Amino acid sequence: MRTALSALTLLRPLSLRDALRMMRDDGPLTPLAGCTDVYVGLNLGTASDRRFIDLARLEALRGIAVRGGAIRIGALTTYSELLRSPLVRRRLPMLASAAGAIGAVQIQNRGTIGGNIANMSPAGDTLPVLAAADARVELRSVDRVRTVPFALYYTGYRRSVRRTDEIITAIEVPPVEGAQWFRKVGTHAAQSISKVVMAGVRAERPRIAFGSVAPTVVRARRTEDALAAGATIAEAREVLQLDISPIDDIRSTAAYRREVAARLLTQFWSSTAP
Amino acid sequence: MGLVVGRSVLRSDGAAKAAGTARYVADLARPGMLHARTIRSAIPCGEVTRIRLDFDRAGFTIVDARDIPGRNVISLVADDQPCLADGVVRHVAEPVLLLAHEDRERLIEAEVRIEYRPGTAVLDPAASGRAFKTVSIAKGDLAAGFRRADFVVEGEYRTGHQEHLYIEPNGMLAVPENGGVTIIGSMQCPYYVHRALTALLGLAPDKVRVAQAETGGAFGGKEDYPSMIAGHAALVALKSGRPVKLVYDRAEDLLATTKRHPSVVRHRTGVTRDGRITAMDIEVLLDGGAYCTLSPVVLSRGCLHATGPYRCDHVRVTGRVVMTNSPPNGAFRGFGAPQTLFAAEVHVERIAETLGLDPVRVRAVNALRPGDTTATGQVLGEDTAALDVLRAAARRSGFARKRRAYRGTHRGIGLALFFHGAGFTGNGELHLQSKASLELTPRGARVLVSSTEMGQGQRTVHAQIVAEALGVPYEAVEVAVADTAVVPDSGPTVASRTTMIVGGLLRDCAVEMRRRLGRLSPAAYLRRHGPLVVTRQYAPPPNQEWDEDSYRGSAYGSYGWACDVIEVERDPVTEEIRPIRVTAAHEVGRALNPLAVRGQIEGGTAQGLGYALLEEVVLRGGAMANAQFTNYVVPTTLDIPPLDVLILEKPYAHGPFGAKGVGEMPIDGVAPAVVNAIRSLGVDLREIPATPERVMGAPEIGGLGRATDGSSAPGRSGRGQGTRGQGRGTGRRGWNPGASDAGAPKTRARSR
Repeated sequence: MRTALSALTLLRPLSLRDALRMMRDDGPLTPLAGCTDVYVGLNLGTASDRRFIDLARLEALRGIAVRGGAIRIGALTTYSELLRSPLVRRRLPMLASAAGAIGAVQIQNRGTIGGNIANMSPAGDTLPVLAAADARVELRSVDRVRTVPFALYYTGYRRSVRRTDEIITAIEVPPVEGAQWFRKVGTHAAQSISKVVMAGVRAERPRIAFGSVAPTVVRARRTEDALAAGATIAEAREVLQLDISPIDDIRSTAAYRREVAARLLTQFWSSTAP
Repeated sequence: MGLVVGRSVLRSDGAAKAAGTARYVADLARPGMLHARTIRSAIPCGEVTRIRLDFDRAGFTIVDARDIPGRNVISLVADDQPCLADGVVRHVAEPVLLLAHEDRERLIEAEVRIEYRPGTAVLDPAASGRAFKTVSIAKGDLAAGFRRADFVVEGEYRTGHQEHLYIEPNGMLAVPENGGVTIIGSMQCPYYVHRALTALLGLAPDKVRVAQAETGGAFGGKEDYPSMIAGHAALVALKSGRPVKLVYDRAEDLLATTKRHPSVVRHRTGVTRDGRITAMDIEVLLDGGAYCTLSPVVLSRGCLHATGPYRCDHVRVTGRVVMTNSPPNGAFRGFGAPQTLFAAEVHVERIAETLGLDPVRVRAVNALRPGDTTATGQVLGEDTAALDVLRAAARRSGFARKRRAYRGTHRGIGLALFFHGAGFTGNGELHLQSKASLELTPRGARVLVSSTEMGQGQRTVHAQIVAEALGVPYEAVEVAVADTAVVPDSGPTVASRTTMIVGGLLRDCAVEMRRRLGRLSPAAYLRRHGPLVVTRQYAPPPNQEWDEDSYRGSAYGSYGWACDVIEVERDPVTEEIRPIRVTAAHEVGRALNPLAVRGQIEGGTAQGLGYALLEEVVLRGGAMANAQFTNYVVPTTLDIPPLDVLILEKPYAHGPFGAKGVGEMPIDGVAPAVVNAIRSLGVDLREIPATPERVMGAPEIGGLGRATDGSSAPGRSGRGQGTRGQGRGTGRRGWNPGASDAGAPKTRARSR
C-alpha cells in the first residue's frame, strides 16, 4: 500500500542558500531531485522518509563545465544531459555509456547524477564510473564546502559521509588517462537493475570498479595491483574474487555475480588491450 | 474472403483506448462513494488470534467474515475459498478484513495489526498430501508399447509461476441499489461474478447486477479473482449503504491475485531406432496453491495436451494438482497446456538428440494426421494441420540451413510443434448451455452476449460475424456492454471460445434474423412487425461425445495447430539469451480478422518469450518477494525480436465461417522453442525461465560441445540448479548431470 501523502512534508526552496538553511534548521530532510528512486519507495509504502526538500529549482546545481582541468558536473544534471554533453562524451565516454544504460528514456530524463550518489544503492549504474575515474563529491552546508574523494564517500550499505545538513552540489572528475570501458549486466534491454556493473580505465595502473557485488560500489584495488604488477588475466580473476562479496538476492545469485564479474574483467582487459 | 469476414476492419474499441477517453473502473465515481482497502494475512498458514485496529474509527466502515449474509465462499468449482478468512489463514495475502472511508488518505493511514498462531506451511508441491484433482488417461497397452521400443528416453521438466501483468490492475465499483447490489468492474466473466455474489450475499439473482467496465487486459487473470474483489466491494457497500470502489495497485495485484501454475512433468518414452514413438508414460504435477480455484480444469487441459501433437498407440498420462500454502494459482492463457507442452516439446527434442535424428524429421514421423486418434481416442478431422505448420515453419525459417550454419557459433535455433484445443474441455460446453442474442436495430443489429472485450477484439469480431451473416455493413452492428441485466449468459470469456463458440451462436442468430427479415430492411421490419430478438443456445456438433469418468472421447471440438521456430544468441560473457528471430506458423481454421489474429500471435509470442526467458516469481516464505515491475522482469519492445507470422487456414466445419479459437495457442510453444534453441548450443536446460543464472548452471549436452569466452570453465562451480537462491521455494531437486537419463538402454530403463 502506497505511503499516505498527507503524512509527507515537502519544502521547496528557491535558492541554494535557503535550501542549506532549511537543511540545517528544519532537518532531517531527504533531498529530492528527479524522484525516480524516491517514488518507487513511496508507491510501495516501503519508504521510511517523511520529510523532503525539493532541489529542482536550484539553478546553482545544474550545468557541466571544465574547472581547473576537471569536469565539474552539477548534482542536478540528468542522465539525458550527460548523454547529450559533447564534453562528457569526449572526455568521459564511460559515464555517457552508464547514463544511457539506466532505466529507459523517461528515467534518463528525470534521474540525476547527484541522486544516483545520494540514493546509496550498490547497484547505481554511474557509481563504478565515478569510482574508476577517481571522482570527488562536493558537499555543501550553510557554513562550509568540502570535497570528498568518491572512494571514501560510502561507509557501508546505504551509509555515507554526508551529514544531515549537507547537500551534494557537484561531482568533479579529474582528467582520465587511458582507455575507458563500461558494461552493465541486467538481462533486459531496458528498465533493468544491474546484476553486475563494471567500469574500467586501462592505464599504466588500471582502475577497476564494480557495482552490485558488495554492500557498496567497490574499487577492485587488489585486482588493480595484481594487473599493474604484471599478473595474467587468469590470476587477476582469482584476485578479483577477494575484492568482491556478492550475495544471492531476488535479482541474481552470488555465484553468477562472481563468475560474470570475472568474465567482465577478461572482456575489459582484452577489449582495451593496447 | 467475405464482404466483412476475412478483412482486417478497424477495431471498434481502438479509438477510445488510443485517445484515452475509454473509462476504466479507476475512472468511475459515484456521489458519496467510499474507497475500500483489503487487510491481508502476512503468514502462509495459521490462526488469527487477535486483530488490533490502531486508528480513529470515525467515518470508517469495517467488514469481517461475520458481516457476510450468505455463504462465506467464492463460489466456483469447489467452494472452498472463503471471501474473508474466518479465523484461519492458508496463504500470504489472504483477505482478512475490509476497511472503507471516503477519504483515501485516511484509509491508507489506518493501521491494522494482526496477531497469529502460525501453523506449518506446505510450500513444496511434491510434499503436499492433498490433491484438488487427479486425472488419468489411458490408451492401448503401455507395456506392449515399451516392448516395441529400441530406446527409452526419460526426463523431468519444470516451469515456474507466471504473472499475467494485464496493464490495468483489478478493480470493482459496488453500488447498493434496488434492494441489492450493482457491480461495475474489470472482469472477463460477468456471470461468474453474478453467481459468486448471489451465494455470498444470499440475494436472489435479480437483486445482483454485474456489468463489465472497460477492461485493460486479463489473460485469464480476471477469470476468477474478480469474484473475490466484487464480493469485498459489495459487502462494504451493503454494510455502509454507499457506493464503494476497490481498486488494487500493482503491488497488491501481484501479491494477492492468481498466477500460472508451476509444474513438474516427467516423461518416459519408448522410441524405435528410426524415431517412431511406441509408448508414452507421462506424469504431471501442478502446484495449485492454497485453494482449488480452477485448478481441476487447468490440470485437465494440461493432461489432455501432455502428449504434444503426436500419434501413439500406447499412452498413459497421470496428473495431480495439489494444495500448498502459496497464494492460489488460477487461469492463465493456455490454461495448463503451456506447462505440459513445454515438457513434451523439450522431451521430443531430447529424443532427437539421443537418436541423432533431425528434430524436424522426428516430429514429422510422429505428428498427428487426419484420421489419427489422440490419447483419449478422439478421431481427428481433415482440419488436422500438424504437418502443414511444421513444414511451413521449417521452410520459411530456413531451419535446416541455419541449424548447420549456427553450429559452433553463439547462435542457436530450435522449434516446437504444438496444438491447442479450443472451447471448454469435454462436456464443458454442453454444461454451459451458452446463449447469444441478436436484437434488430433500424440500421442493423445489436449483439447481446456476456462475452467481454479485454483487448482481444471480441466486439470487433462478433460484429464482423453478424454483419457477414446478416448481410449488413460492419458499422451497422452494435455490441452491447456485457451487463447481466441486458445480455444472456454466453459463458465465460475464456478457453479460446469467444469466436468459435459464441461467435458460432451469433452467426446462427444472424442467419435466422436474415430469414425473418426476408426482403425487408431492418427499419422496415421494425415498422411493420415491431421489435425482433433472436436467441440461440449451444448444441454440440454431431459425434462429439466425451466420458468424464474414463477420459475417453472428444476432448475438444477443434484443435488449432502451430509451429514456432526461434533463433537465439547467447552472450558468452553473461550467458544471457537474446531471441533474434521468431517464425510462427499458426493454423487457425479461418482468420476472421487477420490483423487481430496476427495481434494474438504476436502478443502471445511476446508473453511466451517473457515466460521462457525472464519472468520469475520469487516466493519467500510463501510470499512474492519481487511484487513490483522493478524486479518482476517482463520483456519490453526492445526485448522482442522480429516476428515472422504465417497464418494457415483449414476451416473447422462447426466454427463460424470455419474459425477455430486462437487466443491461447500462441503462448503454448514459445518456451520449448526457446529452450530447444538453447539446447542446440549444447546446454542441457530443461527448465524455465532460462535466466542466465540457470543457463550458466546447466550441464553440457554430451557430444555437442559448447563455445565459451575461452577462459576458465564457465559456471562449473558445482552448483546445481536446485541449490541456488533463485529457487522458487518449491523444493526442486538439483539436476544430476553425471547420470544422464537420456537414451538409457532399454534393459537398464526397465530394471528401474
